[in-house]
Amino acid sequence: MSNSKVVVVNYGLGNPSSVRNMLRKAGCESEVTSEPAAILAASRLLLPGVGAFDHGMQNLADLGLIDVLNEAVLVRKTPILGICLGLQLMSRRSEEGVAPGLGWLGADTVRFRFTQAADGFRVPHMGWNTVVATRQTFLRPPEADARFYFVHSYHLRFDDPGDVALMADYGGPVVAAAVRDNIAGTQFHPEKSHRFGLTLLRSFADWFPSGA
Amino acid sequence: MLRPRAIPCLLLLNGRLVKTVRFERAKYVGDPINAVRIFNDMEVDEIVVLDIGATPSATGIPFDLIGEMASECFMPMVYGGGIRSVEEARRIIRLGVEKVAINSAAAADVSLVTRVADAFGAQAVVASVDVRKKIFGGYRVYSHGGRRPLSTSVVEWVHRLEQAGAGEILVTAIDRDGMMNGYDVDLVRLVSSAVRVPVIAAGGAGTVSDMGEVVGKGGASAAAVGSLAVYQGRNRAVLINFPTPAQLKAVMP
Repeated sequence: MSNSKVVVVNYGLGNPSSVRNMLRKAGCESEVTSEPAAILAASRLLLPGVGAFDHGMQNLADLGLIDVLNEAVLVRKTPILGICLGLQLMSRRSEEGVAPGLGWLGADTVRFRFTQAADGFRVPHMGWNTVVATRQTFLRPPEADARFYFVHSYHLRFDDPGDVALMADYGGPVVAAAVRDNIAGTQFHPEKSHRFGLTLLRSFADWFPSGA
Repeated sequence: MLRPRAIPCLLLLNGRLVKTVRFERAKYVGDPINAVRIFNDMEVDEIVVLDIGATPSATGIPFDLIGEMASECFMPMVYGGGIRSVEEARRIIRLGVEKVAINSAAAADVSLVTRVADAFGAQAVVASVDVRKKIFGGYRVYSHGGRRPLSTSVVEWVHRLEQAGAGEILVTAIDRDGMMNGYDVDLVRLVSSAVRVPVIAAGGAGTVSDMGEVVGKGGASAAAVGSLAVYQGRNRAVLINFPTPAQLKAVMP
């Protein structure tokens, strides 16, 4: 059983209550907060998110959370999981907006662009997709039939493909999840992905990154 | 590969689960919370919940019930019925609902779609479009539960909804609702060809192969079913049920 509480960062975007519901079902203690002190003291952080990139960065700035998150993640090395926009905010920038991202990951967020052959793929990429693990990480689904719920119009492009953990296919390869040091994120929504997402969140609660 | 979605579409009326035929004769089919629990155990792809009494009646949006349903939903949930403002959409989304469906209020003022999309992203806005066949051919769009005709053509209307910021279109063939005689594949094709956003087809599913057809031939990204999910057998005995993943896999492209 997981004993470390997951602190869910509430910055007004996305659905902390859905994340909290799934964490509860997974048997993980959680707290939803935008308090800097609680975020700094957390042993495990979760950055959810649904919505526009600039709106997300603006909300984090308005709540005074950018420095706080930098301190927690980069200095204290608190394990963190970003979900969807939460993952995208960890990149340097996004084609969706003009605001700089948190820049924790060597990646940029780009819009779906399909080649002529893949024309007809609708945006957003919305629905259930399978993933392939590119290496062994805590995100690798143990279930053979694992599938996850995606809904996004932008995706991450990494400088170093070695940071990628899971790939999906939608008109071409799409990063589904990434891990680097204590920083992890999924493009899909584990909180809305039935038992597959539940397993993943449980694995996150049990994750102790080396060196963290 | 992205799998086409198979979605139970649940109708609410005065807090109860009902099923209609051609948008009329609402028949009581059970308890909504219980239904959500069962669909959750069956690991369905998504759930659409529409309150068919919320727009005409004074009772409005059943926030408490929506919250209870959402807390049992470990898959995405769409709620529609009676949403007229960004504030109402916000309240619903805060309850743990991923997407709000907007129909009558968009017919009155399409800018609601834009305002909700600006606040929560296009992926959170499903534009719901109810369509009836005209007697002498062609289609007509209706709002207010099939009671109020719109002057705009289907293609024009869904195009305008997409331009306004809808992330998805839910198209329901009123004539097929509850008939279980197959989707209006031509209508779905018309809509899916007119927009680039995903299309959820509803109205008429009687068999699992109908679901495969509306995706394969109709170009739908998702097949929503009503009667098929709450009735069993020829006599339409009330029973919450759903095609198995293996059955769906066999028919979906």
